[in-house]
Amino acid sequence: MSELLPISALQHYLFCPRQCALIHVEKVWVENRFTVEGRIMHRRVDSEQRGRRAGADQDLSVPLKSERLGLYGIADVVEMVPGPDGREIPYPVEYKRGSPKILDWDRVQLCAQAICLEEMLGLFVPEGAIFYGKPRRRDVVVFDDKLKLLVKETAMELHKMIAEARTPPPVKDKKCRSCSLAGECMPGLGNAKVESYLLSALKE
Amino acid sequence: MKKLLNTLYVTTQGSYLSKDGECIVVRSEDGSKKKFPVHVLDGVVCFGNVLCSPFLLGHCADSGLAVSFLTENGRFLAEVKGPQSGNVLLRREQYRRADDPVQTSAMARSFLIGKTVNSRTVLRRGLRDHGDRIDSGRLEKAALELDSYAKRLSSPLVLEEARGLEGRAANVYFNVFDELILKNDGEFTFTGRNRRPPLDKVNCLLSFVYTLLAHDVRSALEAAGLDPQVGFLHRDRPGRPGLALDVMEEFRSFMADRIVLTLINRGEVSSKGFSVKESGAVLMNDDTRRTVLQAWQKRKSDIVLHPYIKEKIPLGIAFHVQAKLLARCLRNDLDGYPPFFWK
Repeated sequence: MSELLPISALQHYLFCPRQCALIHVEKVWVENRFTVEGRIMHRRVDSEQRGRRAGADQDLSVPLKSERLGLYGIADVVEMVPGPDGREIPYPVEYKRGSPKILDWDRVQLCAQAICLEEMLGLFVPEGAIFYGKPRRRDVVVFDDKLKLLVKETAMELHKMIAEARTPPPVKDKKCRSCSLAGECMPGLGNAKVESYLLSALKE
Repeated sequence: MKKLLNTLYVTTQGSYLSKDGECIVVRSEDGSKKKFPVHVLDGVVCFGNVLCSPFLLGHCADSGLAVSFLTENGRFLAEVKGPQSGNVLLRREQYRRADDPVQTSAMARSFLIGKTVNSRTVLRRGLRDHGDRIDSGRLEKAALELDSYAKRLSSPLVLEEARGLEGRAANVYFNVFDELILKNDGEFTFTGRNRRPPLDKVNCLLSFVYTLLAHDVRSALEAAGLDPQVGFLHRDRPGRPGLALDVMEEFRSFMADRIVLTLINRGEVSSKGFSVKESGAVLMNDDTRRTVLQAWQKRKSDIVLHPYIKEKIPLGIAFHVQAKLLARCLRNDLDGYPPFFWK
């Protein structure tokens, strides 16, 4: 991989490849309520250094990277839990402002963190958890082969798009309503031909 | 879409702007103080001797707020902004197109169509609204001449032809512009466009409003990641914002010119609000400047239907929409640049 990309780009890519390109190719960023709430929630996580939870050591804001995936990022929380052979196994925990998603976006992001931990520490990371702000509960995520494959495939597609500096065309969808970049993307524009627009104005 | 925020225009000489938390504090020489939260602003424009603290400038740069310094008469001096942002690939594509004669002509044609169609609409509006009070024959003839340019613009044209057409369309329009000044008591006479310095009150008003338009268009282009200097219809000339001038063409008549006409025709500016220098240069006084700035801000809040994106937007946002459409055209999301047509 030529360049390390942020792990968060995986989630952007799965949400909408165009949104991902606007952020990571075109360097556009617009805040809305959701992005600000997410940032405030993370600031709270970032403000602490380390602690203990249910007998496990917790490290917060842990820098991560994987050469294989070509990704880097920061895990909100990594807990060290005792494994079967007595060695401690890292257990990544990600904080999300909303409610659990039906699709795999958040699980992919967490699994990418686990792959980073595996590569950096040379061990096997079987599971982690996502803490959701809405129901205020932890969802356990098992890093199975299917999820790991999805992470690798998404990372490859992401790298390809960024390397080509390509911004895919807009696709109008329900999710555009929650997207802070809708104003930049203009998804409703469709394929109105500019030439016929020009000609009809000239004829009036 | 970007909300229509407000530009803070500081015209009181000797004012000092500083940062207080998330606010801009404007102190006048007489000691009076006013506070404006940064998040409700999208720009600060300082006229004449207005000072800003470096911390305020830094804060504005961080928040994406352009701070510009103009002379008292509205001539652009400098702008303070943060590190270059936006997409370098987009700017490169802008340069490549500007180097390609075919692509440049296509872009120039779009800007010219915007200019011609909107100028024609302003003349037709004048005919419709005041046909009984003016020499409608002159206006009709000019509108018909613009029709013939419109016909010529229906098919592609080479760049030199586009630039020639631009000058002729402007001439036709300004030749009859005086017909649209209804309050003809000899105070506001217009015999053609002149500038640097303007030699009559109408030109003085026009120049000032064009400065405001240029400022807003330029900020919108920069916010969309484009280089305001590299234009298509307007040739590169060091220091000249060619692309901003290109995009201004479609806005001049219905944004700038009509504000000037309205201010004169409704008697909101009077000849007492101007002074004449020894050289014949005409300057406006503080009150007139304030009146024009208020009219400009008010015009920007007018809601219009954008004929291409088919969304209702405040006119002030139209600059940003056009900048984004231009960026999308350069990225090949669109098959051309769709100018804003005033209906």
